[in-house]
Amino acid sequence: MSSMVLTQMASLSRRSVLRVFRQPEIIVPALLFPLLIFGFQAAGLGSATKIPGFPTNSYVSFLLAFPLVQGSLFSAVAAGTDLARDIETGFLNRLSLTPMRPTALLAGSLVGVVALGFLQSVVFLTVGIIFGVRIEAGFLGALVLIVLTMLTALGFGGIGAILALWTGSGEAVQGIFPLLLVSFFLSSILLPRDLIQTDWFRTVATYNPISYLVEGIRSLIITGWDGHALLLGFLVAGGLALVGISGAALSLKGRLGRT
Amino acid sequence: MTASKARGIEAEGLVRKFKGGVTAVDGIDLRVEEGEIYGFLGPNGAGKSTTVLMLTTLLPPTEGTARVAGYDIVKEGQKVRASIGAALQEAALDPFLTGLEHVRLQAALQGLSRGERKKRGDELLERVGLSEAAGRKIRGYSGGMKRRLDLALALVHSPRILFLDEPTTGLDPQSRAALWDEVGRLAREDGVTVFLTTQYLEEADALSDRVGIIDRGRIVAEDTPAALKAGIGRPSVEATPADRDDVGAVKRVLEQFGEEISAPSGSAAVRLKSGGVNLTDVVRALDKKDLNISGLELNEPSLDDVYLAKTGRKLEGAGEEAGEDEA
Repeated sequence: MSSMVLTQMASLSRRSVLRVFRQPEIIVPALLFPLLIFGFQAAGLGSATKIPGFPTNSYVSFLLAFPLVQGSLFSAVAAGTDLARDIETGFLNRLSLTPMRPTALLAGSLVGVVALGFLQSVVFLTVGIIFGVRIEAGFLGALVLIVLTMLTALGFGGIGAILALWTGSGEAVQGIFPLLLVSFFLSSILLPRDLIQTDWFRTVATYNPISYLVEGIRSLIITGWDGHALLLGFLVAGGLALVGISGAALSLKGRLGRT
Repeated sequence: MTASKARGIEAEGLVRKFKGGVTAVDGIDLRVEEGEIYGFLGPNGAGKSTTVLMLTTLLPPTEGTARVAGYDIVKEGQKVRASIGAALQEAALDPFLTGLEHVRLQAALQGLSRGERKKRGDELLERVGLSEAAGRKIRGYSGGMKRRLDLALALVHSPRILFLDEPTTGLDPQSRAALWDEVGRLAREDGVTVFLTTQYLEEADALSDRVGIIDRGRIVAEDTPAALKAGIGRPSVEATPADRDDVGAVKRVLEQFGEEISAPSGSAAVRLKSGGVNLTDVVRALDKKDLNISGLELNEPSLDDVYLAKTGRKLEGAGEEAGEDEA
């Protein structure tokens, strides 16, 4: 990779991070909304741990994967909305007139999302630990958890970027959030899959890749080092990132349209 | 190709059609010489911005060819982009970055070294009068400041050709004049070729060495502003009676001196016949009919008159009439 591309990537990444951290309207909901739902659910569903076969005595520990994954969904919207705004305002045209490489733009755009994912993981983990959560996989496990969450944010960010590049509209990107939220709740986020009694729900949760993201993250918190759950979690997050980034790269090529 | 041509713009039969059959640009031929300021004048929806997008390589033409700085806009897009700077319609800036951050980002993307980025950034911000505001975020900038920053960004890599798409739209007269000065200085002192689109007659008139008038995707007239106006030749007279009921009578008197043209409500106007008519004759004729006149103006031909003569419509409001949104 040439030094010019690296410079472009670094400059666009810096812009992306500055943009994210200078917008309280992105940071505050990205931190507050998942925490609020986490708090309400943990307070109201705590007795779920009494269900025979429930994998832990602490519902707070069980549910900590909730804000971590939900926060990543915000990333999809944040990355997509920012990119769509660049298209709407003509900023993308400004960038297109420079020798900027599309890969630099894409990487730059997603670095902000990954940085937001990092901030979210640290904040949510800290809040969890304050409320008594013990990370069974220890400090190293917490680091792996942060990496997995950032990879998830990268994947969802890529999906958001695809939507932005297809539609060129921030509203369209934001419109996808409820759909993502529904798919999020149709996973094993609130109950382990084997304890979901409703057949169709359990089937949907089994085929829903978000379940495996959740279970990978959750395993580090409540189980310790569970290679199988972790592998599936990383496979899903990596696959999501691969699809998101490749799709976004293709969409960007079409969107740039320069000769 | 000569060095002069290599630094200019040439287009032949440039066409751009959009989905749904809309032809935004319908066969444009033009040539802009090195160091020239070329004004591309027309209402909203005439095809100005689409032409700029094609010439700056951001939109491939459906038909036709063009060379910018000696490079083909389709086959050599990268070389074209390296030779041009552009401030497109609406200053496309990031509201969350400062002016300085914008210039540094642009300089980095253009491949300037770290040292050059700082030097060039400071120099350009000073040139457009934004040194003091350099550390402020764009959301706090006025429209004029944004436009000046936009111009600075277009100049980061010292391009030989500059495209400015409606650079003064929405600006107050003071900001507009400041931008005109800067554009004029770029062409005069630095020899930059400027392709400027505008819907403002006075802007095209004051700034351009030559003007191309575009209407519905076609260039309908092209020459120096003076030559275009001279081509229309005849001045017009507009009279406003003190009593609005006399407009009809005033109109009948004026018709002796030329053909009627549109006038504001409460007034009458004619384009004077060729030769021999002067304002005194008009005053005498009005006086003879005992008409009390509160205002009388002799107007030399303007670019609006040229537009009217070439298209049959006034430039003001022509875009709305066409009902088109420009791509």
